[in-house]
Amino acid sequence: MAAQQLDPNESKYAASARNFRDNVKRDLGNQELRENFRGAMDYLVDKRKNAFPDGDELETLREQCKLIKQRCLLKLPHLLEQLEENLQANGIHVHWAETITDANDIIAQLIAAKNGKSVVKGKSMVSEETALNDYLEARDIECLESDMGEYIVQLAHQHPSHIIMPAIHQNKKQVADLFADNIDGFAHTTDVDALIGEGRRVLREKFCQADVGITGVNFAVAETGTLCLVENEGNGRMCTTVPDLHIAITGIEKVVEFLDDVPPLLSLLTRSATGQIISTYFNMISHPRQSGEKDGPEEVHLVLLDNGRSQAFADEELRQTLQCIRCGACMNHCPVYTRIGGHAYGTVYPGPIGKIVSPHMLGLEATNNLPTASSMCGACGEVCPVKIPIPKLLQRLRVESVKAKHNGEPVMKGEGSGRKSIEAAIWQVWSIMHKYAFIYKTSMWFATRLRKLMPNKIGVWTSVRTAPKLAPQTLHEKVQARQNQQQYKQLQGGK
Amino acid sequence: MSTLNTQHLRNYPQKPQQVYLYGTCLADSLFPDSGIDAIEFLEQQGVEVIYPQGQTCCGQPAYNSGYQDEAKAVALAQVAQFPLDIPIVIISGSCGGMMRHHYPDLLKGEPGITQFCDRIFEFTEFLVHVLKIKLDDKGEPEKIALHTSCAARREMGVHITGRSLISQLENVELITHDYESECCGFGGTFSVKHGDISGAMVKDKSENLVNADVVRYISADWGCMMNINGALEYQKNSLRGEHIASYLLKRTQHNKKQRGE
Ligand code: SF4
Repeated sequence: MAAQQLDPNESKYAASARNFRDNVKRDLGNQELRENFRGAMDYLVDKRKNAFPDGDELETLREQCKLIKQRCLLKLPHLLEQLEENLQANGIHVHWAETITDANDIIAQLIAAKNGKSVVKGKSMVSEETALNDYLEARDIECLESDMGEYIVQLAHQHPSHIIMPAIHQNKKQVADLFADNIDGFAHTTDVDALIGEGRRVLREKFCQADVGITGVNFAVAETGTLCLVENEGNGRMCTTVPDLHIAITGIEKVVEFLDDVPPLLSLLTRSATGQIISTYFNMISHPRQSGEKDGPEEVHLVLLDNGRSQAFADEELRQTLQCIRCGACMNHCPVYTRIGGHAYGTVYPGPIGKIVSPHMLGLEATNNLPTASSMCGACGEVCPVKIPIPKLLQRLRVESVKAKHNGEPVMKGEGSGRKSIEAAIWQVWSIMHKYAFIYKTSMWFATRLRKLMPNKIGVWTSVRTAPKLAPQTLHEKVQARQNQQQYKQLQGGK
Repeated sequence: MSTLNTQHLRNYPQKPQQVYLYGTCLADSLFPDSGIDAIEFLEQQGVEVIYPQGQTCCGQPAYNSGYQDEAKAVALAQVAQFPLDIPIVIISGSCGGMMRHHYPDLLKGEPGITQFCDRIFEFTEFLVHVLKIKLDDKGEPEKIALHTSCAARREMGVHITGRSLISQLENVELITHDYESECCGFGGTFSVKHGDISGAMVKDKSENLVNADVVRYISADWGCMMNINGALEYQKNSLRGEHIASYLLKRTQHNKKQRGE
């Protein structure tokens, strides 16, 4: 590919992630959007809470699932080989994609080999990651999203604003207007059931016409060579059974060792995500249609995508990022996500998980603003079903972002790209000042004496708050004065 | 319901004769009276308080900004200020979280770090679990709200101790405000780096506190209170936050100051 084409593997999301600050301004000012998010997140937070009435059970399960994912990650290379072997033994083809372009090429070739013209898709965030729809449409292959939320964002020419609820940023009125503009013969209604019914009707027809079904994978079981797919609408089952060709795409971290690993993970996944004890559908795909079977695809393929995951894998601390089972609980509970919504991040994965995983996919240079956009409140880490220490990883990414140049192996693509010499110098001065108490105390003495000269406008801080006011005397001085007084009293008393 | 992580579970020592007080840099330069009140309150409980003059800042600002080496130099300088094997009581959950839960990582390999971190107690935690304090409320009836910092809540697990102290005050009714467990939006450098997001958060937090219809709110963290009080003052609202040390001192003592109020 031509060199001037920037990085051919650079995702379109790198550019939008660089615009984070502008995106935030835009979306914070959109009152309707903010209400949509707040309302939806409150609802999901509540659902999750009710799904875990027993706090001790929740903690036990979280610990168990964390250990499962950590064990699987420790053996990742081996498990991936085992998975490939067992899938192949079951008649499922396996393809490895290092970059998003590799993944899209593989999928396009598989479709071309079957002369496919239309694709129906189940919900897959990894295919969002590769921007597969754009890629296929540019090659005249029609791609239809069949998950209701995905269908809505596709109609609106948007991308998902939430990893579980792709169209959560839209309220029912907005959806009704969208349908009215796009679906012939739609009788305008804001009744949610009627809206879903209408969407379903359109999608049903498409399922029967599509040549190819594309879905994601929630768990890929190495031991048995099984692909597990969690969904609520039955569209996943349609995508994996009706068309002749089924292509599944997922990240390499989705492999688990044993079939027995799945039930606890599944239980935590659905309860953390939507508060459901179990999803309406749970598909286990073990092989293509076999002789004598009446349905199912003739061919099943799995595309395993790296796209920066092995960079995270290589570092023991950052590896924890890969424990994620994509439940979305961290974003539901995030006060930043609740306010700016999912599109402001500019990345495929928004919210706390997006902040820790996107730097591996897009490089730190494009995503420097994400790890810092957190008050480190810890709400995400508290709810994460696999106990990813998200705040700790954010802190680590901040370190990688401002790292000084060094001769060693880089840990991350784009490390050090957030370092500004003026900021670094400020922290060096700050450090010296707070390392030596006499410098600190002298500075504070002067600052408190000159407090009247303190500006009462300090940038963005005072756009919603008044400036903090220095005390006339520091605590150090007050304590000293108090001690002197006590000693004086003792002396007086002793006389 | 127990959703506590195991990191909160710890063995508490017997009531000591002496403790150190860690005042924090914010209290030092902006709100020194709460430090003095904490000292007075602890002394009233029969504990001698040592305030090392060499203390400055726990290093959290640099640490959270990704400047590890700069934070480390400051953190090590703090550790050196507290040589005696006695508890270190901190009047901020967030600095407490830094010293108790982040120093082990930041200062890995330094001698005595584990023991140092084990001596760190957040103020309310110390009162409840070490002093096993019984409060005698001498104040007028009033309604208050409580804001617990995120670090106190999630790293230190001490939102419970703050509540339990207030529940001991007979004449005080604690009103729960909407989104009580949600962050106020301070987050140190976050409030400057991402001022619009932080501003939206503190606006909501201050509104929720105002809607609780209380005479004051109490907190054990000056970071949050500087943020929320600043927003309240900006909105020309008279509601203010008060440090729990000052509040407890005021509620439990029969002094002229209070009678004259
Ligand atoms: S990071 Fe944790 S909470 Fe967030 S989506 Fe992944 S598993 Fe869920």
